[in-house]
Amino acid sequence: MSNIETFYDVMRAQGITRRSFMKYCALTASALGLGPAFVPKIANAMETKPRTPVIWVHGLECTCCSESFIRSAHPLAKDVVLSMISLDYDDTLMAAAGHAAEAAMMDTIERYKGNYILAVEGNPPLNEDGMFCISGGKPFVEKLKMAAKDAKAIISWGACASYGCVQAAKPNPTQATPVHKVITDKPIIKVPGCPPIAEVMTGVITYMLTFDRLPELDRQGRPAMFYGQRIHDKCYRRPHFDAGQFVEEWDDEGARKGYCLYKMGCKGPTTYNACSTVRWNEGVSFPIQSGHGCIGCSEDGFWDQGTFYDRVTDLTQFGVEKNADEIGLAAAGVVGAGVAAHAAITALKAAQNKAQRNTTKTSEDA
Amino acid sequence: MVIQTPNGFNLDDSGQRIVVDPVTRIEGHMRCEVNVDDEGYIRNAVSTGTMWRGLEVILKGRDPRDAWAFTERICGVCTGTHALTSVRAVEDALGIEIPDNANSIRNIMQLNLEIHDHVVHFYHLHALDWVNPVNALRADPKATSELQQAVSPSHPLSSPGYFRDVQNRLKQFVESGQLGLFKNGYWDNPAYLLPPEADLMATTHYLEALDLQKEIVKVHTIFGGKNPHPNWLVGGVPCPINVHSTGAVGAINMERLNMVSSIIEKCDEFNRNVYLPDVIAIGGFYKNWLYGGGLSSQACLAYGDIPEHPNDFSPEQLHLPRGAIINGDLSTVHDVDVRDPEQVQEFVDHSWYEYDEAGKGLHPWDGDTSPKFELGPNFKGTKTNIKQLDEAGKYSWIKAPRWRGNAMEVGPLARYVVGYAKGHEEITDQVNGLLRKMDLPVEALFSTLGRTAARAMESEYCGRLQRYFFDKLVTNIKNGDESTANVAKWDPSTWPKEAKGVGMTEAPRGALGHWVRIKEGRIENYQCVVPTTWNGSPRDSKGNIGAFEASLMNTKMERPEEPVEILRTLHSFDPCLACSTHVMSPDGDELTTVKVR
Repeated sequence: MSNIETFYDVMRAQGITRRSFMKYCALTASALGLGPAFVPKIANAMETKPRTPVIWVHGLECTCCSESFIRSAHPLAKDVVLSMISLDYDDTLMAAAGHAAEAAMMDTIERYKGNYILAVEGNPPLNEDGMFCISGGKPFVEKLKMAAKDAKAIISWGACASYGCVQAAKPNPTQATPVHKVITDKPIIKVPGCPPIAEVMTGVITYMLTFDRLPELDRQGRPAMFYGQRIHDKCYRRPHFDAGQFVEEWDDEGARKGYCLYKMGCKGPTTYNACSTVRWNEGVSFPIQSGHGCIGCSEDGFWDQGTFYDRVTDLTQFGVEKNADEIGLAAAGVVGAGVAAHAAITALKAAQNKAQRNTTKTSEDA
Repeated sequence: MVIQTPNGFNLDDSGQRIVVDPVTRIEGHMRCEVNVDDEGYIRNAVSTGTMWRGLEVILKGRDPRDAWAFTERICGVCTGTHALTSVRAVEDALGIEIPDNANSIRNIMQLNLEIHDHVVHFYHLHALDWVNPVNALRADPKATSELQQAVSPSHPLSSPGYFRDVQNRLKQFVESGQLGLFKNGYWDNPAYLLPPEADLMATTHYLEALDLQKEIVKVHTIFGGKNPHPNWLVGGVPCPINVHSTGAVGAINMERLNMVSSIIEKCDEFNRNVYLPDVIAIGGFYKNWLYGGGLSSQACLAYGDIPEHPNDFSPEQLHLPRGAIINGDLSTVHDVDVRDPEQVQEFVDHSWYEYDEAGKGLHPWDGDTSPKFELGPNFKGTKTNIKQLDEAGKYSWIKAPRWRGNAMEVGPLARYVVGYAKGHEEITDQVNGLLRKMDLPVEALFSTLGRTAARAMESEYCGRLQRYFFDKLVTNIKNGDESTANVAKWDPSTWPKEAKGVGMTEAPRGALGHWVRIKEGRIENYQCVVPTTWNGSPRDSKGNIGAFEASLMNTKMERPEEPVEILRTLHSFDPCLACSTHVMSPDGDELTTVKVR
């Protein structure tokens, strides 16, 4: 396998100096939130490793995850695809179709048994014998199970694969089902969001390639490094929340001054994601910065938590030092032991929504 | 057996049956079956949408102000266009008028999407049907540089060294034995006609376009907070404007406007220096391959979009034209009224749904979509392992929409045919200029290549409109108007007890409409008829075939077992299957549930 091209080879072949290469590794380290001690490690990985095969399958979805992935700025999507991984199957981007495409997938499964990553965008519907999503004449769920069988690990891209997303919103007519409920014998990394942030997606992949291990996951199976804190905790408008300065209606004086969007229904206080830190599209902005509240798109069941414009009420003030698991545990303590942390959070939210419906719309309890 | 369809095609299913499933490089899931005669010509075509999500029933009972977020998730590729259509439908129902700035910002976002979508489509979903990246390894970088400078003298990335670097990288990639996305491509198929230098130039632009597209969408990020799936608002846009005062970090301020302006310039440069010249250069090598016209010369539909003034959708106020052409008569452009129950109707005789009355067409306000997965009597295989479909029965998750009973093509080519027929000044100039440059007659427009060229011209035109509405926005702010939202009817208590409305846009892939009924502050019924439903439609009750199927007819395949030509023509429509197959019964009957495992 000596002819396998490493990332370092590719960069050198492009005329990039060792010095620039090391600088690149340092940038990657900082993008991943790692200290300078990790730079040589990253460099070593890039110099020696062949490209890891990736099979990327699509179930019921809208392709926003793929679209987000190609928006990645560091690393660039083209560098990921040309030099870091070998994207051997992806029905959205691959040249081959039909039998030739299926043969490409089978070849990778056989040749790299136990060594390829399966990336799943979307989810399988289980109603109608799975025929609400057909690929190659068969239910998508069969393809998913087949590709999962010999995978080293599975990445569940986005809200669809992680939780079900919009097609699983009530009444979920196709019985769209998240990946972890169909595949139960493989490590699964959930990267939720609708879609996830581009650099979070490539960050998760490069982390796995660089350190040759799965990222640390929280109780819900999300990488703790990107999903450990609430948007509210790191929001640049947080001082306005603390000072009681709120947008009261769209385009009012407070909106134009960048006040807190809590009263407009912002779900930042209950949403775990990196939007307020990594931000979107190379850090240009994120929903709150552009004037609309967070709709909570990386949370389980966010479509069924009432309208996006009702405020989150009766929210217990958790300190910023608490992460998702600790808050989940605290909540679990309230509703009863033995409940999985997130189920508890969901229950808490449901209770809040119930309370919210009983609260008059004009109440100023913020 | 040979059948003549009412819309003029002779279908013969006697030859070899070829199945392509999955059709790749599209959004969503699709299958295509064709019959090929002894000489390799396609004599029968069957296109099937193979997914279904049920979004409309999910919308029932929800707050209409939330509908944009749900419908936006119909598609993450044409992200935002469903959201815009949705807020327009709700505003139409509730009589909400949006401010001038909101109209300009929405137009800029919609135009920005058209450009992004067209660029990504051409380079990342369609180019590999014309361009052979493996053949690019044989190119002479110096000759490639000369070709680049000849087709586009103003493009700065054109040195021999630049092309050599890309070629080296490509070489290493191919020689690694890990071909990734190029694996199992049809690289020795004689359908590929480009010389190695053109292949290298185009492959290089595949990578340049991949870098550029992430810049284009930053306009959505500025106004909508993120992309894919920016945020929208019933009554206007969520981003406030504050260019003069303190505390404007989150608002649209001078720095934000400057960023938008610089991105608009980047779009224009790419369209001018790369996209259009590439289409002309590549098209030049394929100008004898003029298959794929399908319905484009006889039946085209456009709703029109990009209103000059807020809340005014009259045809003369739209920058993208509205109209319908039927029976191949380009001298008459019919006006389109999407509220008229006789005009837009959907049929399900060959779709996996059923109506109370067979053979009937329903207007979207009265739409019904009860799913019924049932294969025709002559299908081959089993229910969960389909070898061959029976197009005499039901065979797709896509319904069959018709305009006054006609199967129609929608999309960039349909818009350009309608615009050309109406004498739309910019469109006519562009089309005539392109045909002159390529030395082709106007009939050449009705082809796969014409569809691909129309998209490139439209990208350029949308770039100019993007600048126009940016200037309009700045002028309006200069005149003292900073308003971006009308909140007078934000509170549901101000709404009528019952209301119905319709929203229209021209999505990148064609005419898009949302029809909504609101009752006591909640969505009572919601129906979307989307571009790929029109283009990808199965046969209707009278036997008319849809645009995909028509476009494949009588195409010569070099190697029937390698579907290069099928992909080329299907991709020229930029199919979006998640869009076309999201529908669900307005009655919202929950289907039987299945326990996991």
